[in-house]
Amino acid sequence: MMEKPTLKSSLKSLFYIAPMLLIVGTFNLYPIVQSFLMSLYQDYNIFTGEVGGYGFSNFVEILQDPKFILAIRNTFIFVLGVVPISIVISLTIAVLLTKIEALSSFFRSIYFLPFVTSTVAISIVWSWIYHSRFGLLNYGLGLLGVAPIEFLEDPDYAMLALVIMAVWKGLGFNIILFLVGLNNIDANYYSAAKIDGAKGFQRFTNITVPLLGPTIFLVSVMGVINSFKVFDEVFALFQSRPGPAGSAMTVVYYIFQKFYQENQYAVAAAAGIVLFLIILVVTLIQMGFNKKFVHY
Amino acid sequence: MEQINRKSTPLLASILKRKKEKADLDSGASQNISTRVAAYVLLGLGSFTMLIPFLWMVSTSLKSPAEAVAMPPVWIPQVFRIENFIEAFEVAPFGRYFLNSVLITALSTLGELLTTILAAFAFAKLKFYGKNLLFTILIATMMVPGELLIIPNYLTISNMGLINTYAAMIIPYVASVFSVFMLKQNFESIPNELYYAAKVDGSNDFRFLWTILVPLSKSAIVAVAILKIIGSWNAFMWPLIVTNETALRPLPVGLLAFTTEAGTHYQLLMAASAIVIAPMILIYLFLQRYIIMGVAKSGLKG
Repeated sequence: MMEKPTLKSSLKSLFYIAPMLLIVGTFNLYPIVQSFLMSLYQDYNIFTGEVGGYGFSNFVEILQDPKFILAIRNTFIFVLGVVPISIVISLTIAVLLTKIEALSSFFRSIYFLPFVTSTVAISIVWSWIYHSRFGLLNYGLGLLGVAPIEFLEDPDYAMLALVIMAVWKGLGFNIILFLVGLNNIDANYYSAAKIDGAKGFQRFTNITVPLLGPTIFLVSVMGVINSFKVFDEVFALFQSRPGPAGSAMTVVYYIFQKFYQENQYAVAAAAGIVLFLIILVVTLIQMGFNKKFVHY
Repeated sequence: MEQINRKSTPLLASILKRKKEKADLDSGASQNISTRVAAYVLLGLGSFTMLIPFLWMVSTSLKSPAEAVAMPPVWIPQVFRIENFIEAFEVAPFGRYFLNSVLITALSTLGELLTTILAAFAFAKLKFYGKNLLFTILIATMMVPGELLIIPNYLTISNMGLINTYAAMIIPYVASVFSVFMLKQNFESIPNELYYAAKVDGSNDFRFLWTILVPLSKSAIVAVAILKIIGSWNAFMWPLIVTNETALRPLPVGLLAFTTEAGTHYQLLMAASAIVIAPMILIYLFLQRYIIMGVAKSGLKG
């Protein structure tokens, strides 16, 4: 339908894409290349910009750094905690929302509310909820006979505190995606199944879940990618520290610390590359899983 | 598909034999009501739980210092202390932070809309060499976590002499591949016939874009803009890195600094948090359907 591009049409197009290209080129494309290069810098002088040579010593350094190993471990705990819990809860809520008519959009609005709020601000609110002495959560637990937990001071609970808050914040986003997915399922399947006598839960496991496969896949990929980048939550919840005794150190926090607080740019870049590779590999695994088990 | 057939055939056979199943079907209406009641109860409890942090924030922000740390907790303070908000503005320059946030958000959003609309138009309606290749490269950049870009971008901004300026917080964000992608999809859905007709009528591309395409894509553009406003208003790490002057801080950075300044005055801290959160909630309440649409569409890219 479209004719072939000409020199004239290309020049004209350049006028339209140039502003976007200039910004994206400078702040998205160039830094990707530069990050890879930088991760290989050795004896890098951040004041003069002089590079002593290229090699893998930054990677060796971080992989031998217990803090980085902890950061990787915590980030995986966070991802494995947040993503599955969030998917189960948000899918349940989305299905329930399709069962009712009145108030459906009202409830949906409430579940989505945390999505628009500042992570920093709401993390500060949560740090108040988690407060060991005056916090609402410990008061609630106290009513159930549980002794006060120092969520933000006890290294054993730091990751739990993060996961609970992150699940709460991310639910609305997943619910919207699930509602779109549920809406795309042909109602005839349900009518047919009803005639065949399938009970509610049978219909859910035999129709909803398989046909929702692509959405579940999408939500899990987006959830994994986002969760791997957790930073603001940690910074605000633990008052500019990576958790009590560094126990909630995450990969992005590690990058931030190396770069911003310790001025070790090349080491920080190497940590960034490792993060990128982890996300890439996990996404590829998910895609392989998707091919094998999701039926369109 | 196969799965459903495989499972439903034996079920179909069993329903013919067993009367109980039949009875269940007949009582479908009453079953529906109990399902619905259960759905309302669960959703009601769930949404109340979702609201607790917001209610607790507002409640604490109106308390006296003694009420804030009272045990058992007080939900409704005896006197609504609006003064907490005034005090927060006095203790830290939240007015200034607020204006900074408005300025940064407004300029980033306007800038992004401009660059994105132009680029999306070229990708949707114009012909040029390397179009598909360029688009593929751009889409591929979305895979890379933004956190990876922070170090080189910091050096770029620093080489430009822009550390501690508003420009440092705005310029890197006046374009977005994601938004180009969203608007391109939308522009493509508008028939080419309209474009050719306008050309025959002597309208040039630029005029066609702004007088026909943009008005027709209003809701997609509003969705992109609102998602940008929310992202920009709530941005934290980048502004923290490129500024160290109090006067330049946007709200989230200022709020975090305030946590050390406010110490244990939780009523002030909650008032300040509410100041940061409230504008986005207002935008959400009024423009909800655009946000939901934007999020739903963002899911389609996968």
